[in-house]
Parts: sequence; C-alpha cells; structure tokens
Amino acid sequence: MTGSILFLLIIVLGGISWFFGRVKASRFSITHTKRGAVHSLPNYHGWYVALWAVGPALLFLVVWNFASPALITDAALASPAAEQLPQDAFAKGSILAEARSIASGQQVRAFNPLSQSMVEPYKTAISYYQTLGAIAAILLAFAGGVYSWLRLKPELRARTKIERITMMALLLASLIATITTVGIFASLIFESARFFSMVSPIDFLFGTEWNPKAVAGPRGETGFGAIPLFWGTVFIGAIIAMIVAIPLGLMSAIYLTQYAAPRFRAWMKPILEVLAGVPTVVYGYFAALTVAPALRDFAVSIGISGASSESALAAGVVMGIMIIPFVSSMADDSIAAVPSAMRDGSLAMGATKSETIKKVLIPAALPGVVGGVLLAVSRAIGETMIVVMAAGLAANMTANPFSSVTTVTTQIVQLLTGDQEFDSPKTLAAFALGLVLFIVTLLLNLIALRVVKKYREAYE
Amino acid sequence: MNSTATFAEERNPTDWQGDAMQKRIRKRYAAERRFKALGLGAIILSAGFLAFLLIVMVGNGLRGFTQTELPVEIDFPAMTGGAAASQFEGANGQANLRTLGVRDIVNTSVQIQYGEEGTELFSAGGWQAVSAAILNNPKIVETKTTLYLPAESEIDVAYKSDGSASAEQKVTELGDKLSTGFNKNFLFNSDATDPMQVGIWGALKGSLITMFITLIIAFPIGVLSALYLEEYAPKNRFTDLIEVSINNLAAVPSIIFGLLGLAVFLNLFGLPRSAALVGGLTLALMTMPVIVISGRNAVKAVPPSIREAALGIGASQMQVVFHHVLPLALPGILTGTIIGMARALGETAPLLMIGMRAFIATPPSGIVEPATVLPVQIFLWSDEVNRGFVEKTSAAIIVLLLFLLTMNALAIYLRNRFETRW
Amino acid sequence: MMELIDSTSSSESPTMTESSVPAISAGDGPLKMTTRNVDVFYGDKQAINDVSIDVTMDNVTAFIGPSGCGKSTFLRCLNRMNDTIPIAKVTGEITLEGEDIYAPKMDVVQLRARVGMVFQKPNPFPKSIYDNIAYGPRIHGLASTKEDLDNIVETSLQRAGLWREVQDRLQDSGTALSGGQQQRLCIARAIAVDPEVILMDEPCSALDPIATAKIEELIHELRGKYAIVIVTHNMQQAARVSQRTAFFHLGTLVEYGVTSDIFTNPTQEKTRDYITGRYG
Repeated sequence: MTGSILFLLIIVLGGISWFFGRVKASRFSITHTKRGAVHSLPNYHGWYVALWAVGPALLFLVVWNFASPALITDAALASPAAEQLPQDAFAKGSILAEARSIASGQQVRAFNPLSQSMVEPYKTAISYYQTLGAIAAILLAFAGGVYSWLRLKPELRARTKIERITMMALLLASLIATITTVGIFASLIFESARFFSMVSPIDFLFGTEWNPKAVAGPRGETGFGAIPLFWGTVFIGAIIAMIVAIPLGLMSAIYLTQYAAPRFRAWMKPILEVLAGVPTVVYGYFAALTVAPALRDFAVSIGISGASSESALAAGVVMGIMIIPFVSSMADDSIAAVPSAMRDGSLAMGATKSETIKKVLIPAALPGVVGGVLLAVSRAIGETMIVVMAAGLAANMTANPFSSVTTVTTQIVQLLTGDQEFDSPKTLAAFALGLVLFIVTLLLNLIALRVVKKYREAYE
Repeated sequence: MNSTATFAEERNPTDWQGDAMQKRIRKRYAAERRFKALGLGAIILSAGFLAFLLIVMVGNGLRGFTQTELPVEIDFPAMTGGAAASQFEGANGQANLRTLGVRDIVNTSVQIQYGEEGTELFSAGGWQAVSAAILNNPKIVETKTTLYLPAESEIDVAYKSDGSASAEQKVTELGDKLSTGFNKNFLFNSDATDPMQVGIWGALKGSLITMFITLIIAFPIGVLSALYLEEYAPKNRFTDLIEVSINNLAAVPSIIFGLLGLAVFLNLFGLPRSAALVGGLTLALMTMPVIVISGRNAVKAVPPSIREAALGIGASQMQVVFHHVLPLALPGILTGTIIGMARALGETAPLLMIGMRAFIATPPSGIVEPATVLPVQIFLWSDEVNRGFVEKTSAAIIVLLLFLLTMNALAIYLRNRFETRW
Repeated sequence: MMELIDSTSSSESPTMTESSVPAISAGDGPLKMTTRNVDVFYGDKQAINDVSIDVTMDNVTAFIGPSGCGKSTFLRCLNRMNDTIPIAKVTGEITLEGEDIYAPKMDVVQLRARVGMVFQKPNPFPKSIYDNIAYGPRIHGLASTKEDLDNIVETSLQRAGLWREVQDRLQDSGTALSGGQQQRLCIARAIAVDPEVILMDEPCSALDPIATAKIEELIHELRGKYAIVIVTHNMQQAARVSQRTAFFHLGTLVEYGVTSDIFTNPTQEKTRDYITGRYG
C-alpha cells in the first residue's frame, strides 16, 4: 500500500467520522430542547470526531516514517543474505543504500552484485513494516473516531475545543516563516562553519585570488579569496545596474506622477511593471544573446581592449532594466507621500513644475528614494540568472565594464552544479558565499526599511 | 511685536516685464520643457527596452514552432512486404509497429530518393513522425505515401534564416523540395539532444507539478498566518519576530532558498534530488511570505464594522474570522497568491541548487521523479552550442511568458472584479 | 478688538445696490484685482456661480461662509492655483492691474509670484529657515548677489515679525519651528518674492489662540503694503482683521460690503442667518 493511498484512506475515515459525529449530535437538539442545553452545533461535533480520527493516525504516520527506516535496515541485516556483507562500515553502508533504492524502485539495476542479493531481504522488510504501519494507522484512526464518538454529549464544548485546535494551527502556520528564517540561518552557518574549519575566514573574506579548481589537499587550500567576487557583485549590481535603473526609474516615476495625463499613466504604469514580471532567465538569455554581443562589437569598434562576449556591462545594463519598475514604484510611493501642501506651497510662489520637483519634492522624498534604492541594490546583488548567463566566470578585478567579471551568485551556482561530494571545501564554499550574501542583503533591507519607516513617520 | 521700526531698507518693486526678467522666464520654461522631455524619454526608453526584448524573443521564437520539412515517398506495400492496416489498429498497434522496423524503412526510402548520404539531410529522430502517422491512420501502410519529415537541424536553421555555408549550399541544392510545417514535436516532446526533436512538454509538466505542490503548501500556510497575524496575534516581541521574519523572507535572494532546500530537504531529510517535490517545497517557502503579506493587506481592508456586527450577534471570534472576514478578504488573497505563483513559475536559481537541471527526456509522472521546469529548461537550452536551440529557447520563452501573462491577467481581473472598496 | 471695527466703520460707506444682486465693488483705495462673472466647474459640478468682486489695495478683504461654500475655491482662482487640479475649469474674467490673468499671454509663474499665497496648514519646505525664504527669490532670480539675498531674507522675516525669533538660527530646519512660527515663516516666504497681493486660505485654522493673535496682528501691519485677501471660518476673525467682507453660500456670492456693515446690518437674510449662527 503506497503512502498516498493510505493518506487518502485516513482522510476518508475522517470524513465518515465527521458524518457519524454530526448525525449523533443532531439528535441532541431533539432530546434536549431547553435553550442552552446543547453547547455546540452538530457541525462542531462532527469536526471533533473527525479530528480525533485523523489527527493521531497522521501523527503516528509521521513518526513511523522517521522510525521505520532503521527498523527496516535492522530486519534486512538479520536476514541470511546479510552474512556475506563486508565488515567495513563504509562499503557496507553504500551496498545497503544501493539495495534500498533498488527495493523502493528508485533505481533499476545494481552496480554491485552484493547489493542485488540484499534487495530481496529489503523488499520483504519494507513491505512488512509498511503493512504494519498502515494497519496501525488505520486502527488508530478507528480507535480515535470511536472513542470520541462515544464521548459526544450535549454539554460537550465541541466548538471551544475545535476553535482551540484551529488557533494552534494558525499559530503553527505563522511560525513557519520564523522557522524558515532560522533554518536558512542555521544551515548557512552550519555549512559555513565546516568550510571555515578548512579555509581561514580571513583568506576567504580578504583574499584576492578566486580559483577553487586549484584546490588540491584537504587542508591549507588557496584559491578561496572572495574579493574578486564581491567586487564583481558590487560592480554589476550596485554600480552599473543602478546607473541604469536610478535615472530611468526616478524620471519615469516623476513623469508618471507629475506630468502624465491619467490615461497615459493608466497604460504606462502596468507596462513598466511588466518589466519586473519577466522571469530573470529571460533577461539572462536576452543579455547573453543580444545585448552582450552588441556591446562587445561596439567595444571592439571603438578600440577598447579586453572586450569579452560576456561582460559586466551587458549583465549590469539588463539587470538595471529589470530593476527600473522597482525603483520607479518606490520613488512613486515616496513622492506621493510628500504632502501636497508642500507642492502647492512651491507652486504658489511661482515655481515651475520642474523647479518644484527638483527643489522641493525630490529633497523631501529623498529618504524614501534612498531607502528604495537600497532595496533595489539588495535585490540586484542577489539576482542570479542574469549574471550566470551574461557576466561570465572569470574572477577579474577590473573596472573595465566590457570585460568579464564574476559574482557571488554566479559562483554559488557554479560550485553547486556538477558532481562533487558534499564535504569538499568547494561545495561548502557556496554556503559561505551564501552566508555573506544573506547577511549583506539582510542588512541592506533592515537599513532601507528603517529609513523608509522614519521617512513615513515624518509626514504622518 | 512692533517690528516695523527694525525694517531693513525698502526694496525696489520687481520689474516683472523687464527684459532681463523675461529672458529669465524663457530660460526657466526651456528648463521645464527639457525636464519634462527627459521624463517622457525615460518612460519611452524603458518601455522600448521591453518592446525590444519581446520583439527579439518573438522574432526568434516563432520559428521554433515551425520546422523545415522534406518530402519522402515511402512505398509501404513493397517495403513492409504487404503489412495490413488492421495490424496497427487498437491495443497491439504499438507493439506491431515496433517489429515493423519503421526506422529502416524510412532510411531506405530516403536513400532511394536522396542518395547514399540522404539520411544526413534528415533529423535523426524524424522517422518517429512516420510511426505516428501510421498509428494515426493505419491505412497508409497499404499504399505508396509521401510524408513530410523534419530536415536536419543545420538545414532547418539555414532555411529559416542564415546558417553555416555548407548548410546554405544544401538548402540551395534542395531548392523547392524544402517546405515549412508546424512543429508538433515542440509541444508534445521533452528534452532531446537533437534540436529538431526537442519539446517543452516534459518541462511544462514538471512546472505544473511543482506549482501544484507550491500551491497546496504555501496557500494554506500563507492564509492561516495572515489571519493569525491580523486577527489574533497579541502585540508582543514574539509576534514582532514573526513579522520581521516574514518581511525579511520576502526580500531574501531566491538563490538562498535554493541553498536552504539543498541543505535541509536534500541533505537533512534525504528527499530525492531533482524531484518536483523538493522544488515545490523550496518555492513554497519563497512564495509563502508574498501570500502572507498580500493576505494581511486584504484582511486589514475588511472594515471593523463587519467584525463588530458579527460579534454583536454572538458569533465567536473564530466564527467571525472564518464566516465573515476570510470570505471578504479572499479575492485580495487570491490576487496576491496568483502574483506569488507567477513569480515562482518564473524562478530558476533555487531549482538549479536542488538539481532540477537534469536532462529529462521523459515527462515526470510523479512528485518524486526527476523533473525539470520551464525556466530551467530555457536555461539549459540557452547553453547549447547547436544553433538550432536558439529558436527553441526563444519559443520556450514565449510559452513561459504566455503563462505568466495569463496568470497576471487573471490577477488583474480578480482585483477589478471582486475587490470592494469600503 | 472692537477698536478695529470702529476704525473701519468710520470710513466712507460703501456703494451698495438695493437689489439682491450683491455689490461688486466695496471699496476705496486703488483697485488691485477685479473678478467678473466667475464660474468654476469641477468636472460637471459647478463650484462657483457668477461671482464678481473687486479687491482693493488698502483693505483686507475677508471671504466668509459655511464650509463647502466655495470661498477657498474662489481664492485659488485668484492666483490660478486651480490649474493644478486637472478637472477644474474657470470661466469669466479675473484681472490683476487690468490684465486678464487667464489670458494666454499671462505667465502663470509670474502671476503666482505677484499674487502670493499662504495655506491653511503651515507648509514650510523641509529646508533651513534661510532656504525657505530664499527659495522664491532664487527661482525668480530676484537677487543678484549673496548680500541681496541676505537682505531679502532679513527684510521678509522682519516684515513677518519673525526675525528676532530666528535670526540666530537661520540654518535650522523650517519644520522645527512651532506652528505659529511656521505660518509666519510661510508668510515671510510669500513676502520674499515681492508680491502685490497675498492670499491667505484660513491661515489660522491650525494654530492656537496666541499664535492666531500674532498672525492677525501681522495682517494688520501688512495691510497697505499688500492687498490682502483672507478666507476664514471664524467670523470674529473676519470682523477683527478685515475692512471688507464677502459672504459666500453654496458657490454664490451673497453679499459683499464694508465689514462693519455686514456684521451689524446685513442686507441679505442669509447673511443675517449665518452671522447670527442659524447655520454654518
């Protein structure tokens, strides 16, 4: 019996329990006619029984899922076939893993003949424990349903109980976000700690040579200096992209909010927002296919040396385009938050619209705009696909926008794709880079949100 | 407050009509016009980028939906030794076809018409079109039929646009024989090494499965958290923490979620690599904050008067929330959900981390089988050297953009149709 | 306070027509602005209906009336601030020194410099006190040297009665001042561009009584140097600061005349009802 069928079966049992609970409870109102004698509506009684049926059974299944693999392995090892297994724990482990994946259908054929011999014991053990678990779960569902059904009484506070459980569910759901954050932080820290036990953090953060391929031994490696990556990230995300996005985004926002006719605004605003909805892989492809070759040809034609077909400029410009609507909407919000009295005050003195915008609105909106730009930077440096596809892999420390540079995100992708074991410093370096990226974007966001919040409060 | 005595010297009245002032005014108006033009220019430039991008993609991509074909006349009765049409009908048709050796029949026919080297003009998997044609209409095995088979990729490229010199030469030689047909493969096949045989169905199916998992996880959790935070959460440090984490998660780079998926789902929980299940879980964690934030705004927009009215007739807090607040907030929540799902559908980076970049030649049929998704497929094809992949990549992008456009249009429609302003 | 009214009531009596059509002119002193048959529309809705008023140099003119009566709308026509509202349309004739301010050749930027405005809520720019005052002269190029500009700033602050309070902290932010000081800063800011008319749109409604008294005193001092038009909600204030009062109701001008007459002996029933507090 597969997991999903079992799951469905338990849900069906829950449905049946709900029905019987309801039926029993709806009789109460016939026998107990006095107002207030029946505490809860039949529906709540139904849910009460259903939860008793489904809850414990599912809980058991979750626990069983974690506990049974160990039991299965023990059972398989106890079989006669296990006697031929080598004593070496490592070899034994790999044979067992292979046998298990064949038995569960994930793998078709064994590479090791010993594994093949273990498949049968595994299959027996798996089906034995699966059946055991399934029967236990169904029995539990029955027991829970019957027990709670017997307990149904007119004065049972079924609604209160159901509401308390719902409340728990709500609380649990909202905890997921926190758990995720903690999970991100913990996994990054944990893997990074393993990395830093192999490579000194100083070398990593301040080293200028990035060449993880050169790693030879397990200790004292070189080639993990991340400064060129940091520079590439800043160069593309915080410099080139912003040079494109800030003027275009800001001026678009100004035109749309201050000058455009309502119809024009109603059309143009969504069109600009489409720019933010285009998937980054599409931008990356566009950058690599169209923008980068054009820029390289241009650079060659004006005689710039070191022009490469993957360039910081191509990635940065396209990323800037992607960020335009982001900057634009932040600027839009900030300008809209400036009290109109300020604008009227300036206009009433005979300032032209552009003078009002340049000398009153923008200075007044500046904190909000700066906050928005910080958020945009944080988004740009975390952007992956555009740089993976258009910026290149060469860890250059160059300010020449036509040459290829690499970024933190590019290298994370580079390090984690392809086959390598999980303990090599090369793989773990990706987590260290991820940790740096996470901390930097987190700080940028916190600062930006604080700036924007302060600014909003100033005008409330 | 009699400050009159301390007045500084009186100013001369301003001569507004004077030449200097008029000149200055003209300059100021010129600056005004420049500024306005600059603003309009910025918008036009931004929209122009978008238009350019779409034109490039559509221009390249539309060709991906067509294929260059060459006619092949196949004398079935002679080649098959008189196979009957009835053999290929019904349940056994597929098996009988396999024993027929369609591939050899096609290759022989090609060599008869196009010479010894003739097979090189055709896409290696082109014979499958013949199999499909037989299954579709078994009658043809009893006749001498001319079928149009996909040409080899370089010829395809050369015929549609500019190809390599040798391919261009072949195109000239073949001349009128070449024609353009609809590329059914592209919609119904999966990944392949030959650009003439690739299709997006495998990736699309992977995307749909992944999105389904994302939705069933992120939506309930997102809605429940939004309700908790707006309706129940006491104002204390603990809820502040939840709030901060949600806002923070919404801004975490997507690749970090990929790292989380790799470290937790794959390495800690031991879930299978490349599976839609892990992809869906990872994207769910990413989408959930978007749903929570939009959900909170929607819940917040429900006026307190409705809550008070329900409480006033004796509804419990939970009944107020689930009978009144949630239904009223649902359109807003759905809008936010669709937008979050659209973002997840276009996401690539986190899925690369958890290995959903495998070569998937057969569409996944479950949540734990190796799968890829549309954006990752685009990324993989974009890396191919073969020029035939350029148009396929763009064509896949068109399909992806169409999906996103539909989802966003739906969100806008929902917003306009159901969103009530109180 | 009563002296104010007494002093104005002793001036020559205004020309009043007997009919219900309100008087256009109520004034002595040189004519500064005239309005004839002004209508204002917001989209399809008519906000002002056929208003004709003269504004004279030596008098403070007050517009009173219940809220929503159109007095602020009408005030904003006088320096074309209604242009900033896309759906607003103004017809009729408004002149400044005989020039039609809605004529195509009238430059709105210069017009607004000549007809300054002070708003309901003090709205200093988030800049220093100095920059707030210097803003207007700078954009209009009224000062050629730093000394000129300093001079304008000082004069304007003195006229607005703020100089002694702020002279040591000109570089402090204008938004850091108290509400009353902010409003005087706004008046100084208007004065700095050397206007001929100053429009005040309920300038004291956001201020406490002490700050209000200071502003009223200031209006009294500025009278004669500028033609002043003030919209007010507060009838006592109109009586205290103005010499001419116009009463608006539902977008029409009900009555216009010498302030003391309006308050003691209105010709129109509606005016009497409003002043005696029957509605408002």
